[in-house]
Amino acid sequence: MPDPLLPEPLLTVRGLTIDIPVGGGTLHAVRGIDFDVNRGETLCIVGESGSGKSLTSLALMGLLGGRIDRRAARMEFDGIDLTGANKRTMRALRGDRMSMIFQEPMTSLNPAYSIGDQLTEALLLHRDISRDAARARAVELLEKVGITAAASRLGQYPHQLSGGLRQRVMIAMALMCEPELIIADEPTTALDVTIQAQILRLLVELGREMNMAMILITHDLGVVARVADKVAVMYAGELVETGSADEVFNAPMHPYTRGLLRCIPQPGKTERGARLGTIPGIVPSLVGKVSGCPFRTRCDQVVDACRQDVPHRHPGAGEHAFRCVHENGLRAGGEVVT
Amino acid sequence: MTATSKAETPVLELRGVTKTYSVKQGLFGTAKPLTAVNDVSLSLGRGQVLGLVGESGCGKSTLAKILLGLEAPTQGEVRVDGERIDAADRRKLARRIQPIFQDPYSSLNPRKSIEDIVSLPLLVHDVGDSASRSKAVREILDIVGLPARVMQTYPSQMSGGQRQRVAIARALIMKPEIVICDEPTSALDVSVQSQILNLLGDLRAEFGLTYLFISHDLAVVEHLATRVAVMYLGRIVEETQVADLFDTPRHPYTQALLKSVLTPDPGQGVPDTELGMEYPNPIAPPPGCHFHPRCPVAMDKCRTDRPYPVATPDGHVECHLFGGEQTQPTKSA
Ligand SMILES: Nc1ncnc2c1ncn2[C@@H]1O[C@H](COP(=O)(O)OP(=O)(O)OP(=O)(O)O)[C@@H](O)[C@H]1O
Ligand SMILES: Nc1ncnc2c1ncn2[C@@H]1O[C@H](COP(=O)(O)OP(=O)(O)OP(=O)(O)O)[C@@H](O)[C@H]1O
Ligand code: SF4
Ligand SMILES: [Mg+2]
Ligand SMILES: [Mg+2]
Repeated sequence: MPDPLLPEPLLTVRGLTIDIPVGGGTLHAVRGIDFDVNRGETLCIVGESGSGKSLTSLALMGLLGGRIDRRAARMEFDGIDLTGANKRTMRALRGDRMSMIFQEPMTSLNPAYSIGDQLTEALLLHRDISRDAARARAVELLEKVGITAAASRLGQYPHQLSGGLRQRVMIAMALMCEPELIIADEPTTALDVTIQAQILRLLVELGREMNMAMILITHDLGVVARVADKVAVMYAGELVETGSADEVFNAPMHPYTRGLLRCIPQPGKTERGARLGTIPGIVPSLVGKVSGCPFRTRCDQVVDACRQDVPHRHPGAGEHAFRCVHENGLRAGGEVVT
Repeated sequence: MTATSKAETPVLELRGVTKTYSVKQGLFGTAKPLTAVNDVSLSLGRGQVLGLVGESGCGKSTLAKILLGLEAPTQGEVRVDGERIDAADRRKLARRIQPIFQDPYSSLNPRKSIEDIVSLPLLVHDVGDSASRSKAVREILDIVGLPARVMQTYPSQMSGGQRQRVAIARALIMKPEIVICDEPTSALDVSVQSQILNLLGDLRAEFGLTYLFISHDLAVVEHLATRVAVMYLGRIVEETQVADLFDTPRHPYTQALLKSVLTPDPGQGVPDTELGMEYPNPIAPPPGCHFHPRCPVAMDKCRTDRPYPVATPDGHVECHLFGGEQTQPTKSA
C-alpha cells in the first residue's frame, strides 16, 4: 500500500521479466521481479553467479541486446515510463540522469581516447557547456575520487593507469553529470581489499553529498552489509528476499539467505577452523518452463508444496518480504540454525 | 622466525629466496630489473596452513611458482624436508608439492575426460598400470566428494565447484605433502566456496597435508590458516600465528589490511583504511621502507633506511616502529 505522505520512489520496477532465446528453447533468466529505489537510497542486489543481476541492470539502462525480450508491468524512472521508452529517450537519460559503472573498466573505457576526452564526452553531449568548463569539472571530479595530479591525467590513456585508478576514473565518469541514479555492477570485485574499501567509502560519501540513489550489484555479503540501505537477494532469476540491511542480515527469513550467511566465515562469530555451512547442489536450468520455488532443489526446508506457486510473505511492519511456502521460512518443527 | 620447534625439520623452508624479472617498458625501452620476490625466508611445519596475503602484484604467485619449481629463484634456496630442491628436480618436486590454482575453468584441459585429467600425474610419474590408476582415480574422486560416474565426463559439463574438486583430486592423487593453493576459491560463489574450504580442512586433518594458502579474502584466511604471512612489494613484512596476527597486527600495512575487511555487519559503514592510494612502482620501489609513501605513521627514518626483520614472540615484523634497524645487511641482501 503506497503511503500518500511518502514521495514517489525515484525508480519503480514491477514484474520485470527477461527471456533469452537459446539453443534449446527460452532461458527465463529474470522472472517477474519487483523493487523500488528512493532518492538518495542504496539498494544492493546480491546473489550467485548467473542469478540475473547484470541482466537486471542492463534492462534498466535499456542496454540489453536485440534478441533479448524484456517485459515489465511497470518500470518508471522519476515518472518516465522506461518500458515504452524509445532509443532517444534512453540515450538522453543514460550518462545524464542515470549512469552505470561496470566491473571491468577496460571494457567500458575506450583505449584509443584520452581520459580527458572520455570524461567530458557525456557532459558535452548532454549539457550546454564549453570544453574548458567541462575539463574543469573533470579535474574537480578526479580530485574528488582521490586521484592526485588530476589535471595531468586528462592527457593520459587508460592503459597508463593501474586497475584501481581506472576504476576511479570510471566512477568520476559516471558522476560527471551528477546523475540521480547510479547502477554499479560489481564495481570493486577485481580490486584489492584496501582499494575496495576506499572506493566503496568514496561512493557512499559522494552519493550522500549529491543525494544520489545507487543500485549496487555484488556477490560479496560484507560489501552489502556495509553499503546497503535496502537489500534484494536474487536467486535463479527471482528476488527471494528483500528488506532493509538490518532485516536481511539480522533476521533473514528465506532458507537461501540463511544458508548464504552460514557459508561465509564471520570473524568473531564462526569458530576458527570449524566446518562452514554449505548449500549443496547447483542452480537449476532456467530453460523451458520454470515453476515453483527455484531454490527447492537445494533447500533444506523443502516440502512437496514447493513445486507449486510460492507466496510472497511480509514478516514485519516494514518492507521486509520473502518468498517461501513456509510462513517463517522454516518447515514445521524446523529450527533456526545460526 | 620459524614455525616449528628446533627439533623438528620444517617440511618446507625458504632461505633468502629472490626472484628478479627483467622487464621492458614500451617498445624501445631498456630492460629494467623487477624484484618480484625479495629475499624471502619462511619455514613451515608439517600440517600447518600458511596464509599468504598482500595486494595484487606483491609477489604471491611468483613465490608459489618458485615452490612448484615452475620458476627458478634468482637467489636463495627451497628445502623440502630439509632437502634442497633445485628447479632441475621438477619431477621429484612435483611428487611432494602440488598446486591448486584459482581458475577451475582454464586450469583443466577441456578436451580431456575427468579420468584423464586426474590420472595424468600418475602417468607422468609412471605409477602403476592402467587398472590401478583407474582405481586410484575412483578413490580420490570419492575423497573429494565426486561420484565415479564423472570420470567419463568433460570439464565443460561440470559446475565451477565440481571443477575445483577435480583440480583438488588431481593435486592429491600423487599424495603430496604440500599443497600450494593460489586463490583456490576466488572464482567460486560463496555457497560453493564453503564446500571447498571444508574439503581442504578435512583433507588436511585426514592426511596431515601442509598448505600454502594464497587468498585476498582475509576472513577466509583467518578461518583456515594456522600462520599468516603478509607480503608487500616482494617482502614478507610480517609473519606470525593466525590469532596473533588478527589480534595484534603490528605492521601498519597489516593494520590497514585488517581494517579493510568488511564483515557482514550492517550499520557499520565502510571503514577508513587510512592508507595512501597510489600503488608503488615495482621497477622503482620507494627508498627506505617500501611502504613509507602509503604509511599513515611513517617517520623520517622510514624514508631513507630500509627496515630489517625483528623477531616477535611468534614470528617477525619488518618495520622501524619495532626497531628493525641493522647496520650490516643480511647475508643475501
Ligand atoms: N546474451 C545472453 N545470451 C544467453 N544467455 C545469457 C545472456 N546474457 C546472460 N545470459 C544468461 O542469463 C543468466 C543471468 O546472467 P547475468 O549476467 O545477469 O548473471 P549475474 O547474476 O550478473 O552473474 P555474475 O555474478 O556471474 O555476473 C545466466 O545464466 C547467463 O548465462
Ligand atoms: N614473467 C614475468 N615477467 C615479468 N614480470 C613479472 C612476471 N611475472 C610476474 N611479474 C611481476 O612480478 C610482480 C609480482 O607478480 P605476482 O603475479 O607474483 O603477484 P601476485 O601477488 O600473485 O598478484 P595477484 O594478487 O594480482 O595475483 C608483479 O609486478 C608482476 O607484474
Ligand atoms: S519455498 Fe520451499 S524450497 Fe523454496 S525456500 Fe521455501 S522451503 Fe525452500
Ligand atoms: Mg554479472
Ligand atoms: Mg597471483
